[in-house]
Amino acid sequence: MLSGGARAAVRTWTVLVLVFLYAPLLLVVVNAFNASRTFAFPPSGLTLRWWADAWNSDGMWTSLANSVVVGLGATAVALVLGTMIAFAVQRHQFFGRNTISFLVVLPITLPGIVTGIALNATFTSALGVTLGLATVIVGHATFCIVIVFNNTQARLRRLGTDLEDASADLGASSWQTFRFVTFPMMRGALVAGAILAFALSFDEIVVTTFTAGPAVQTLPIWIFGNLFRPNQAPVINVVAAALTVLAVIPVWLAQRFGGDPATTRV
Amino acid sequence: MAWLVVAYLGSLAVLLVSAFWTTNSFTGAVVHTVTGDNVVRVVTDEVFRTVTVRTVGVALLVTVLCAVLAVPLGLYMAKIASPRTRLALVVAVTTPLWASYLVKAYAWRVMLSPDGPMSWATGYTPGYGLVATVVTLTYLWLPYMIIPVFAAFERVPNHLVDASSDLGASDLSTLRMVVAPLVFPGIAAGSIFTFSLSLGDYIAVTIVGGKTQMLGNIIYGQLVTANNQPLAAALSIIPLVAVILYLLAMRRTGALENV
Repeated sequence: MLSGGARAAVRTWTVLVLVFLYAPLLLVVVNAFNASRTFAFPPSGLTLRWWADAWNSDGMWTSLANSVVVGLGATAVALVLGTMIAFAVQRHQFFGRNTISFLVVLPITLPGIVTGIALNATFTSALGVTLGLATVIVGHATFCIVIVFNNTQARLRRLGTDLEDASADLGASSWQTFRFVTFPMMRGALVAGAILAFALSFDEIVVTTFTAGPAVQTLPIWIFGNLFRPNQAPVINVVAAALTVLAVIPVWLAQRFGGDPATTRV
Repeated sequence: MAWLVVAYLGSLAVLLVSAFWTTNSFTGAVVHTVTGDNVVRVVTDEVFRTVTVRTVGVALLVTVLCAVLAVPLGLYMAKIASPRTRLALVVAVTTPLWASYLVKAYAWRVMLSPDGPMSWATGYTPGYGLVATVVTLTYLWLPYMIIPVFAAFERVPNHLVDASSDLGASDLSTLRMVVAPLVFPGIAAGSIFTFSLSLGDYIAVTIVGGKTQMLGNIIYGQLVTANNQPLAAALSIIPLVAVILYLLAMRRTGALENV
């Protein structure tokens, strides 16, 4: 397909898009070592000084710890509930089942600010709950559930019920069938869903802003709060570079345990 | 199941209801009396209308730019690249998704700053404003477009393309009449993400937009700065309705099955 000239054009386009995708990330990493205090480009020299500054930043560590707690909490909630919904939709017939495919994409397609305000209004006006880590976990769980649901449901659909039926025919109880047949086949999808849910929660800022209250800071909130302060720029640059480099970890994990990296994030 | 319905739809319901509440003008506390004032104000206010038009315009522009960038890339990945290159490209395209959203927006702030790399390399920078917002949002959501477009190209059977050229169609005619209709649902699926994510964004706008205001900024301002939660709720009905309309329109193209 396509003549030589058109192929070359499409290839060039591909290279340009890749440059567009990676140049800013490269810049972030380079800037963390930029010796200039104003981070003018090109760097006047390279230094490790900012990394030491970042390491001694208390706010960074506190907010990082909060982010990890929220990520783990939301992922745990999402794993349990998302899997249950997926089983319900995929393995049982009930009224309104088809509506769910539409409803379930809502939390990830609706602007975060809508979800954020909706949850904020519910927590503060309707329920009278104090905002804190717990409300952030609930807020994050709403979109994490969708991620886990998508992954699990896709796997369940592909698996079919043949093996489970065979297991039941051979006399296994429904718990044994789940434990020894269904769960091992689901493990990859669950791991992929969990990694993705954690990564999304770790990076989330909008819903967090509206559900965290003034006392709790997650890492993205902390970064955002310090983004416009010139004297914090060195530390922010280092944290940004570290996060960029660490982004390779979930890619590697998903490749290793989840398979099918192309479809995991969307 | 019940969780999703209660936590999510329940919250949306509260949002819709609270749009009809009002605030006590003296204490600023939310008063639970039903009034249509907020909704009327949202629909009639000149400022809100300008911002809505600007926001929807930016979201559409970002969507078009993402599609223009993604389609040749998807074509190359699915139909021209060798299997090894294809896998490498899939990884290369998805990896930036795992990098932090804030970091990516911040990268563009640095990129476009007056003495940043762009003005160093080209002697020109658009500065912080509407152009920077569009570029940054395009950058942020591009992978969400590439992946479904690539998947759609991959599903186009090669024998259809061969048959078309055997029957004497030029490359362009084959692309236009055979490939394009099959790839369109993929573009539509990607556009759901690029459109709705751009529509609600206010963080990237704050970081690179200079004084530019989008709907998200106004909603945030009403809620946090002006402390007028009902008006913020009424305003957030705009993106809510826009996204639902967009989803319904895209459902007709079969895009939701491709999400």
